[in-house]
Amino acid sequence: MIELRNITKRFGAVLANDRVSIKVTPGTIHAIVGENGAGKSTAMRIAYGFYTADSGEILINGEVREIRTPHDAIALGIGMVHQHFMLVEPMTVAENIVLGAEPGTAVSLDLKKAAEEIRKVSDEFKLAVDPNATIETLSVGQQQRVELLKALYRHAQLLILDEPTAVLTPQEVEEFFAILRRMREQGKTIVIITHKLSEVLAISDDVTVMRDGKVVGEVKTSETNAAELARLMVGREVLLRVEKPDANPGAAVLKVKDLSIVGRDGSKRVDGVTFEISTSEIVGIAGVEGNGQTELIEALAGLIPGSHVSGAISFEGRDITQTDARRRKELGIAHVPEDRHRRGLLLDFSLAENTILGVHYRKPAVSRDGILLDQKGIQRRTEQVIRDFDVRPPNPMLPARALSGGNQQKLIIGREFELPPKLLLVSQPTRGVDIGAIEFIHRKIVALRDAGCAVLLVSAELEEVTALSDRLLVIHNGQIVGEVDPKATTNEEIGLMMTGGHK
Amino acid sequence: MKLLREILFPLIAVIAAFIVGGIVVWIIGDSPIQTYKLLIGSAFSWPDGIGYTLFNATPLIFTGLAVAVAFRCGLLNIGAEGQLYVAAFAAAWVGMKFGAPDPGNTFVGQWAHLPAIVLLPMCCIAAVAAGAIWGGIPGVLKARFGSHEVINTIMLNFIAVALLSYFTQYRYKIPGDPIMQTAPTSPSANLIHLGRFIPGLPERIPLNFAFLLAILACVLVYVFLWKTKWGYEMRATGANPSAAEYGGVSIRKQIILAMAISGGLAGMVGINEVLGYRHRYYDGFSANYGFVGIAVALLGRNHPVGVFLAAILFAILLRGGIFVDAFTMHVSKDIVDMLQGIVIVFVAAEAMFRGPLKQFGLLKKAKV
Amino acid sequence: MRQILTFSLLFSTIRLSTPLVLAAIGGLYSERSGVINIALEGLLLAGAFTAASVTYYAHNPWVGLGSAIVAGAAVAAIIAVACIRFKADQVVTGTGMNILFIGLPAVLSGALFLSSGSTPQIPKENLLPDLSRLLPFLPSWRILTDVSIISVLALIAVLLTRYILYRTPFGLRLRAVGENPEAADAAGVKVTRIRYLGVILSGALAGIGGAYLSIGQSSLFTRNMAAGRGFIALAALIFGKWRPVQTMLACLLFGLADALTIQMQGVAKLPSGEDIPVQFIQMIPYVVTIIVLAGFIGQSRAPKAIGIPYEKER
Repeated sequence: MIELRNITKRFGAVLANDRVSIKVTPGTIHAIVGENGAGKSTAMRIAYGFYTADSGEILINGEVREIRTPHDAIALGIGMVHQHFMLVEPMTVAENIVLGAEPGTAVSLDLKKAAEEIRKVSDEFKLAVDPNATIETLSVGQQQRVELLKALYRHAQLLILDEPTAVLTPQEVEEFFAILRRMREQGKTIVIITHKLSEVLAISDDVTVMRDGKVVGEVKTSETNAAELARLMVGREVLLRVEKPDANPGAAVLKVKDLSIVGRDGSKRVDGVTFEISTSEIVGIAGVEGNGQTELIEALAGLIPGSHVSGAISFEGRDITQTDARRRKELGIAHVPEDRHRRGLLLDFSLAENTILGVHYRKPAVSRDGILLDQKGIQRRTEQVIRDFDVRPPNPMLPARALSGGNQQKLIIGREFELPPKLLLVSQPTRGVDIGAIEFIHRKIVALRDAGCAVLLVSAELEEVTALSDRLLVIHNGQIVGEVDPKATTNEEIGLMMTGGHK
Repeated sequence: MKLLREILFPLIAVIAAFIVGGIVVWIIGDSPIQTYKLLIGSAFSWPDGIGYTLFNATPLIFTGLAVAVAFRCGLLNIGAEGQLYVAAFAAAWVGMKFGAPDPGNTFVGQWAHLPAIVLLPMCCIAAVAAGAIWGGIPGVLKARFGSHEVINTIMLNFIAVALLSYFTQYRYKIPGDPIMQTAPTSPSANLIHLGRFIPGLPERIPLNFAFLLAILACVLVYVFLWKTKWGYEMRATGANPSAAEYGGVSIRKQIILAMAISGGLAGMVGINEVLGYRHRYYDGFSANYGFVGIAVALLGRNHPVGVFLAAILFAILLRGGIFVDAFTMHVSKDIVDMLQGIVIVFVAAEAMFRGPLKQFGLLKKAKV
Repeated sequence: MRQILTFSLLFSTIRLSTPLVLAAIGGLYSERSGVINIALEGLLLAGAFTAASVTYYAHNPWVGLGSAIVAGAAVAAIIAVACIRFKADQVVTGTGMNILFIGLPAVLSGALFLSSGSTPQIPKENLLPDLSRLLPFLPSWRILTDVSIISVLALIAVLLTRYILYRTPFGLRLRAVGENPEAADAAGVKVTRIRYLGVILSGALAGIGGAYLSIGQSSLFTRNMAAGRGFIALAALIFGKWRPVQTMLACLLFGLADALTIQMQGVAKLPSGEDIPVQFIQMIPYVVTIIVLAGFIGQSRAPKAIGIPYEKER
């Protein structure tokens, strides 16, 4: 069906794809696995015409084809469902599906005919969704169906799915896989990009493993196992468990009582959450992304306006529910945000200027008068963070943008550790970070705990939260649905709770 | 390398604008070289050329700084024009109401009779405060309601013009005066011309103390933005508001502050215009200073040094335009507006020079 | 007060709204595609100057109108290249264009007509006609005789735009591109092509508006004759929530305020017997716009991708 040959793609200094060759057999489900940043999405975005390769060629049904835009790809029977959905929110389902392939003539858009065709396709693949609903009103699962329908409506023979299960609960994943199998039966070819090995084993026929922009393995799913794939992915034996001594928790540092958070649109994001964290312990929060974790952490960090928060947050015995972010930082609450580009860094500022973000108004960032910045003090602090957290390249004057994801993350974590924190709020600490940095960051977090700090950890990686946490809270739909001992609970049990089913 | 790029692109934009302008001049039948000689050459004579160029540069430095400060906070202040009008009026108003009496001018000294040493600073403060308020309004509107500062500042320009036209026409004009201008301010509100101190510079040239204020403003803006914690917060807000908020910076406060500072800087034009030059409020005095300030800031890369240099360049053109008007067959002084417009477009679209520059090996290929 | 609220107020409202409607509807195409068009002012001026000069030489308003459309589209094409191809800041580019078109027509008219900033008078028979001249068989009611053909054209443009926006594939794509260009691209829509079209259409429509200013409601081009109408059109577009009919209504409202300013000069008195200064009536549209933007009269949500250049490979 499709074959990539020696595809190479460079983004600035980063070699995202290095002579990547992948061959997909018609009528199969082909998985592409690899860690974040391994180049899976880049390769598939090239196949869909979103990016243009620097060199290499693409073959469709044995013939070399030029795919410069998604328009070309669609014409060749390729459809793609992106990790972040490509839907126009204020428009209807039908409008989104027909967009770019409208029925009717140039002067008249035949939406009735469109609705009819959509119904036909959705019946065929059992993908029920109301064509007249606005995208904004749909759930994530329904939006994904619209994306599938979009491709099917265009008669795609090859479907590329980029991390399709990231937003789904384990139960929804099952349902989704059933749809994929149905499509395979109908003769469609499917490429699924994922980094979850269990899913690869459950659904695929063939697997391509990528690492550092290169293809490092091609196997039949029936002839491999999780351990082998994992080894291929990371390039060595993986330590699934983080080495850490048992926790020795002391007094409660943070007490959250009946905390509710309302989003900008007025919907409830966090609903009556109560918990405590003590010194010297790591409390993890497990849950499918988008179930209130982001809001919870941001509210604890003081980044959500007080009018949107109800309930009580107390820190070391004092009420901080309405305290602003700066004051909380002064009290010793550090925060490693989930999105380092959006929240955590000033990408065009130097490393030095980034190291003082949040403490820029006090020593050592300012001199004695309290107004002028103290360049020497800033320099010293930056050098210390760079040294302690092995930030490379170690040049304080470099813009943060010039660093790799892992080094950017180490810079942020280093900055927050310098506070020094009594409570660390840390969200997705290792997202898009290379394996070496992951271990480094994990060790640092455990060391911080052992030094007496309380840690609240949120991660989309179930393995990460279970490995690092001493206690684990499971969040679903803005509510904490249970607390488990990560050592004594299987991932399947936790997964069930994440969907709202109680233990 | 970085410094080179900061200088290279504005320079290319100016040259490109001059080439396009030259083509227009050539099409309409004049000699581009002759025209540009008149346009630029006239600025370097002593004392008139240099004196007037620096005088013309003064308002542009202020508005350029105004736009640059807002820009550093991620805001586009298109309202410097309105802000400087309001400020100029405020300066004139204080200069009338509180000034030492002037025989035959009943508008002066109604409320107090202050000597220059008190009155002048008061007039200056009034100008800055009025500009800051007029600039602060769109800041508050953005911070409070999220409404876009570009539209609001444009609207406030029109409102300022209408409002001041009313005050001039109905309240502060000498009855019977055919010109839309207020009565003169008190003589004690007159700012000293620099000609008094500089040998060889006649006092008739209106270059005045405000020019020194403009240089001081450049220095202060630089120190503020890059050497103080407040400037750090403002630049952080401009670079990434979400990250600034995360760093404990109040975005709303920064927006209001930046717009107020921007308006205050624009307001200092009133000092030059009213206290240093006309000694009254003259309706419609601004030669698009507020809009040219955008070009000045852009060309100067939103940096005080760049703003200063760009303001000098535009001031040269402003004066040269008069000579072009007088000594060419077809070209009028409007060529100055035209060139300014083209410069802005070229500076904004600097990416178009990237390709050719790379080809000539002037720019490194891989951009980090 | 009675003498103000007359038919002549109605006609002058229509007259004064016409250029606003054309510019605003033009702006709608550009902004719906995701490109802020702050250069409507400059586009009006470009159209007005071109129409006046060409009509003066060609002795035919239709040729003048045609060239104004071409000129508007051409200037808009430059903006499009700067903003789309070279990802220039849209507001800054537009501001530059506005300044350029204060200067350029003046330079050209100085060279062509040896006058500073204005074109020669055009005889009445060479101006754009009103309805009675075009369709002499119509009954001579004022509603038909005193309205310019361009006003009718503006109304047609509004209705046509409404149809195009919601009932044609191009309209669907235009809306999608302004809202989420990445999604449109993924669906096979050629984002840059749609944006170019949107911006160029806005220039063509604003060009008509400009022609109306110089060879419709007056008989020559004068320096800076748009006098802020481009900005008012922009405000009307926001006030009208980027929808064709609402935008037209907003333009009519602003036109009415303008008409009142003219009619009330020396007529309206305060209870004290003083004139109401026209400046205060002039301010109304601007104040209204600020209030609308602040969300006091309903929220106006801009196309989400407005002002952001589309970058494919980030």
